[in-house]
Amino acid sequence: MYMEKVLSVDNLAVSFDNQNVLKDISFSVEKGEVLAIVGPNGSGKSVLFRALLGLIPYSGTVAWNKNLKISYVPQKLSIERDLPLNVEEFLALKESNRERIIQALKIVGLEDEHHIEKHLLRQRLGWLSGGQLQRIMIAWSLLDDPNVLLFDEPTSGIDLGGEGTIYNLLKKLGDQRNLTILLISHDLNIVYKYANNVICINKEMICHGIPSEVLDPKALARLYGGETSFYKHEHFDH
Amino acid sequence: MAARRVSTNMNILTINPLGLQLIVGVLIGIGAGFLGSFMVLKRMSLVGDALSHVALPGIAIAIMLSLNPFFGAFGTLFIGIIGIWFLERKTMLPSETLVGILFTLSLAIGILITPEPELLEALFGDINKIGSTDLFLTAGAVLITIILMQKIYKGVILDIISRDLTRSMGISVNTTNLIFLILVAIVVALGLKVAGTLLMGSLVIIPAAAAKNISINLKDYTLYAGIFGALCAASGILIAYYFSLPPGPMVVLASGALFLITLLLKEKK
Repeated sequence: MYMEKVLSVDNLAVSFDNQNVLKDISFSVEKGEVLAIVGPNGSGKSVLFRALLGLIPYSGTVAWNKNLKISYVPQKLSIERDLPLNVEEFLALKESNRERIIQALKIVGLEDEHHIEKHLLRQRLGWLSGGQLQRIMIAWSLLDDPNVLLFDEPTSGIDLGGEGTIYNLLKKLGDQRNLTILLISHDLNIVYKYANNVICINKEMICHGIPSEVLDPKALARLYGGETSFYKHEHFDH
Repeated sequence: MAARRVSTNMNILTINPLGLQLIVGVLIGIGAGFLGSFMVLKRMSLVGDALSHVALPGIAIAIMLSLNPFFGAFGTLFIGIIGIWFLERKTMLPSETLVGILFTLSLAIGILITPEPELLEALFGDINKIGSTDLFLTAGAVLITIILMQKIYKGVILDIISRDLTRSMGISVNTTNLIFLILVAIVVALGLKVAGTLLMGSLVIIPAAAAKNISINLKDYTLYAGIFGALCAASGILIAYYFSLPPGPMVVLASGALFLITLLLKEKK
């Protein structure tokens, strides 16, 4: 179905203080694919993203296609309530053209231009709800017309009802713009519903393939159970 | 010696001494307030305070060599900052610890080598002893600080929100932080004229903290911090002049009063 490879990862390993945090990770991603990365807390999912972006030292190969624009949204943003920075100023850190900023906000479903201009853009970033902030972060990620989006837990801090909306939006944007999306998620329902492929990691690769085929009880037991002391996330049993 | 320098300079530039103090004080207030606004966001306010003490040996050396104390202060601050930047990367010790060590060592050396008559001036500042050279030096340094800050502010703000996000956009956090620290060295070295090594920290912290009380966005925040810095410097210098008090502590007290007013305004919101 997919033709063009955008990313090849071969034998990737990351270690901190001589301790392996990730090892033997190999996979590839094709253009337009939605790849979900799942695993328990502390399994190295965020570390994998940071290695893919070249933010930390690693061994092995990470080969991105040339001329790709990659947008990354990390899981943890340190935005305190009293940070004097409004939405417009935040988005302007990436894109100075106001029209393009408004356009990006409309794309993520904030369609009322009056509301955007008079309220949202002037709102302090730290005063936004979890759902609003995630929409702003998706708008942020779209500002420079990327080909690839990397989202680390795009729905952390959002209530359950809001999660689906954010994933629907990501899926719609991905389809419309032929984006390749890599997302870290703890919610297997989301993975079944939105991802073409999944890789499960727990410091090493446990499974890789189409979610309905590879996320079998055996793989899940290896991923979340066994000798590890990690806990299954509560959404997992849905 | 310093008094002679003032009178010579006054011949070149016929501004009365109070006018000169006010202009230099306001310029320093703008620079310290503006840069301080970013230091407060980066949670570096106390680092700036401690760093100001590193200037003391530099001031002593400049006095001994009959140089403008700014250059001596900037010299040791620059060495201190590069040292911290380097050691932080090599030893993985937090900059807070390194600044703490450097600050006490510098203060000890500074107190030993600063000639006694100048020690009080170095510790608490004395804007009475400035000349027209200081005016040009201050104007140039504040201008450079504001221009460079405009160039690096995106990296500074993004780094506060997320270092990974900043680096993923190809912005070098290390370079940005180094430039920022050099700007801190410049502003601290300038502010020593007004508040001395012991009180300089207040010039960068208080106007910014006051501005934060009443600002929603970054533009207002940095603007108010600069304006408040200027207001506090001017009012402190004027009060000191008319009541024959030392200017440094008066500038700090004026800042404190302004902070209280903004705090009340914040509570009312």
